[in-house]
Amino acid sequence: MAQHGDSNTASGTAVKVSRAPESPGTGVVQSDIPQNPGFPPHNPRMTDLDPNKEKRAERQVAILFFLSIIGSIFALAAYIAYPIIPGDFGSIRTNNLLLGLGITLGLLGIGLGAVHWAKQLMREDESVELRHGTRGTPETREKAVEVFELGNAESGFGRRTLIRNSMIGALVLTPVPAIALFRDLAPMADPVKLLQHTMWKKGTRLTHDPTGIPIKASDVTLGSAFHVIPEGLLQRTDMLEQKAKAAVLLMRLLPQDLHVTKGRETWNYNGIIAYSKICTHVGCPVALYEQDTHHLLCPCHQSQFDITHEAKVIFGPARRPLPQLPITVDSEGYLVAQSDFHEPVGPDFWERET
Amino acid sequence: MTTTTDTSAGVGAPEAPRSTALAKRPSVTASAANYIDERTSISGLVKELGRKIFPDHWSFMLGEVALYSFIVILLTGTFLTFFFQASQTPVVYDGTYLPLKGINMSAAMNSTLHISFDIRGGLLMRQVHHWAALLFVASIGLHMLRIFFTGAFRKPRELNWMIGFILFILAMAEGFTGYSLPDDLLSGNGLRIIDGLIKGLPIVGTWISYLLFGGEFPGTEIVGRLYTLHILLLPAILVAALGVHLVLLVINKHTQFAGPGKTNDNVVGVPIMPVFAAKAGGFFFIVFGVIMLMASLFTINPIWTYGPYDPSPISAGTQPDWYIGFADGALRLVPSDWGFMIGDYTFSLNIVAPVLVLGLFIVAVAAYPFIEGWITGDKREHHIADRPRNAPTRTAIGAAGVTFYAVLWAAASSDLIATHFLLSIEGVIRTLQITLILGPIVAYQITKRVCLALMKKDREIALHGFESGRIVRLPGGEYIEVHEQLSDYERWRLVSFQDYKPLMIRPNAQGRISTLERARGAMSSWFFEDRISPVTNTELEQAHGAGHGAVETGSADGHEIGTGH
Repeated sequence: MAQHGDSNTASGTAVKVSRAPESPGTGVVQSDIPQNPGFPPHNPRMTDLDPNKEKRAERQVAILFFLSIIGSIFALAAYIAYPIIPGDFGSIRTNNLLLGLGITLGLLGIGLGAVHWAKQLMREDESVELRHGTRGTPETREKAVEVFELGNAESGFGRRTLIRNSMIGALVLTPVPAIALFRDLAPMADPVKLLQHTMWKKGTRLTHDPTGIPIKASDVTLGSAFHVIPEGLLQRTDMLEQKAKAAVLLMRLLPQDLHVTKGRETWNYNGIIAYSKICTHVGCPVALYEQDTHHLLCPCHQSQFDITHEAKVIFGPARRPLPQLPITVDSEGYLVAQSDFHEPVGPDFWERET
Repeated sequence: MTTTTDTSAGVGAPEAPRSTALAKRPSVTASAANYIDERTSISGLVKELGRKIFPDHWSFMLGEVALYSFIVILLTGTFLTFFFQASQTPVVYDGTYLPLKGINMSAAMNSTLHISFDIRGGLLMRQVHHWAALLFVASIGLHMLRIFFTGAFRKPRELNWMIGFILFILAMAEGFTGYSLPDDLLSGNGLRIIDGLIKGLPIVGTWISYLLFGGEFPGTEIVGRLYTLHILLLPAILVAALGVHLVLLVINKHTQFAGPGKTNDNVVGVPIMPVFAAKAGGFFFIVFGVIMLMASLFTINPIWTYGPYDPSPISAGTQPDWYIGFADGALRLVPSDWGFMIGDYTFSLNIVAPVLVLGLFIVAVAAYPFIEGWITGDKREHHIADRPRNAPTRTAIGAAGVTFYAVLWAAASSDLIATHFLLSIEGVIRTLQITLILGPIVAYQITKRVCLALMKKDREIALHGFESGRIVRLPGGEYIEVHEQLSDYERWRLVSFQDYKPLMIRPNAQGRISTLERARGAMSSWFFEDRISPVTNTELEQAHGAGHGAVETGSADGHEIGTGH
């Protein structure tokens, strides 16, 4: 903002600039342009020339409006005459179709009628309106500047810097409590800790998803794959949250097909292996198992994991192998977890390895 | 229309309404108009706007389609709120749809099924709402392309481009929040992807996800929160921005295409009352009617076949709604193993890279008018819409942008492309990765060449007419093809356009050339080096005076024309 003292010169300059033509920049201002030929002669429509055609168009518009009336009445009738009968899927379809078609006719009749009216019967030669520059006139702009100058002078906004700056400081700080209010969008807990653990514990049985029936090692035949949830999941109140972390895929391969790294030798049981089903890319369930190639495919973004190589990524945007769940059998022959996963499951997050 | 005359008489002489009334016995309309005007001075508004002129062109209707589908969305959406329950409270389904009977689901899913199967017309309204939403985003996209390719974003409309851009983002946000509300398997997996995406953001991701979902994913809060956004916050901002968009449209007046009689200083078209009002009002009903027809005949988002959300199952070939496709495609195109550690912290480049690329793309779209304005330095107002060919570089940039978007969009269906055409998924992804880089370059080059070629052809036709196909033998035995001249009106369309020269960078007052100026010079020559000037009057007279023998395309700077004939 200009200082109070030189306000007059400032506004004076603004006015002067506004009178100068706007710069074309690198635009070429042509002086030798061909003449704008002006409006072409007006061609009257058939409805302008022939009273019969005009009468016909008038009738057509009215017919369209009448069709609209019929459509609306039909929709009302269909609403009453074709109710939804519980258990009868066809009745829903009929209700949807006839009600919809009736309303459609009601709408299209009005729409087509109005447009037809405008195109055939309303005055159709083009009218002209002049444009004016978007900016205010010099007088208006001068007045506007003056308003601000007066506001400044009468309040001392520019002069009383202590008041102004302290006010700005106050305004900047007022929203801070509002930001703090959002903390309780989620319960008082550390999400990083929550993400590092799942329901799996030493001795948790592997059960069928979604029935919750425990799986015996002997049930898992060579080449089969099971969708697995931890025992007790279905009784939890936070069932979905736990399932979103604990879902597991169980497969059985020939033990010699598995390439087991050091430290994981005991994590499988006779070639039965369990991997997290939650994709390490953005968390979709990696639900497609290709038995011939032993590849897991995520249907969301097509990341592929090689089960024979401890679910390492062989294609797609994921960048980490699926975490493996160490398993064994209990005394009754049921498959159980040896422990929780040894790393967080699911998508990457910033504090994942802290 | 006698009532209108009465009204204006009544309004025009508000001092003596009684005497007029006694003399003429005014109609109900006139009295009503008088009543309102005496309390609102609305006659001023009617006087200002009632006969305002709107230019006519089919492409100007794209924005109208967006506006009208939004109204349809508001109407049907309000109906749906009367029945929908935005809650994730677990319930057991006990409605009329037998296959889901006895299944656990959230109240949101339950009430959506209730709307679909128990409320007469409920399914219809749901489908109208969804189809209208798809049309809303599509028509905004096409409307933006129209604005872009005709240069209708130039001064004084840059700010309105910005507001329109915000509307586009809001429309997509509305679409996504609405899509997630039924809490079905598909939308839940969509939310899961969003959750993973947010978690992958450096530093803040984990906490944003935790706060947004009110705990661990999926939690019990997200549907209610998205509902508040979907029906309150986003629509409020959208309506406000839409209002400003339309007010600025009225203030700036609509652009028009070049044509005989049309200038940068006038608007040629039809007045609001009655022709434009009838056409636009009628068009609203047509748009509404077409959406209603689609909703009557074609199923959209049949959540009952997907079932309620569960983090474990998923169906192959899942697709987001079309307008989210480009973002999903960007996620799919990232190569394996993008990411690294910063100390103990995980930096997921496989998330950050697509987010950045999309962000830059979107920012480039929003900023384009300001970039072009800076390059040309043109401070004049432009009210004549360009023909795309007459701005070859801009059109080529647009084509490159469209190609980029299209490749990302196609990538969202990479699995379907692979299964449909019996290709390997790896092959499809790699091809799309390469196309994402090369496609825009190729599209740019081809489009620019085509535009320049079309400009040359226009120039040729303007100067020498078009080939009539009539071969005439002259008395001397020579054969010539007769060229048919254009009428003045037809020619005007071809010769009236803006021309720009590359910027000559000059030292400033200190005798220095700033880096910024140098950059501007480079951008300017990229934009305008290949140019074809509009036909001048002198050339026109020469061409006509010299007859058909002297065929020369005439003068123009830049090396394009030199290669002409």
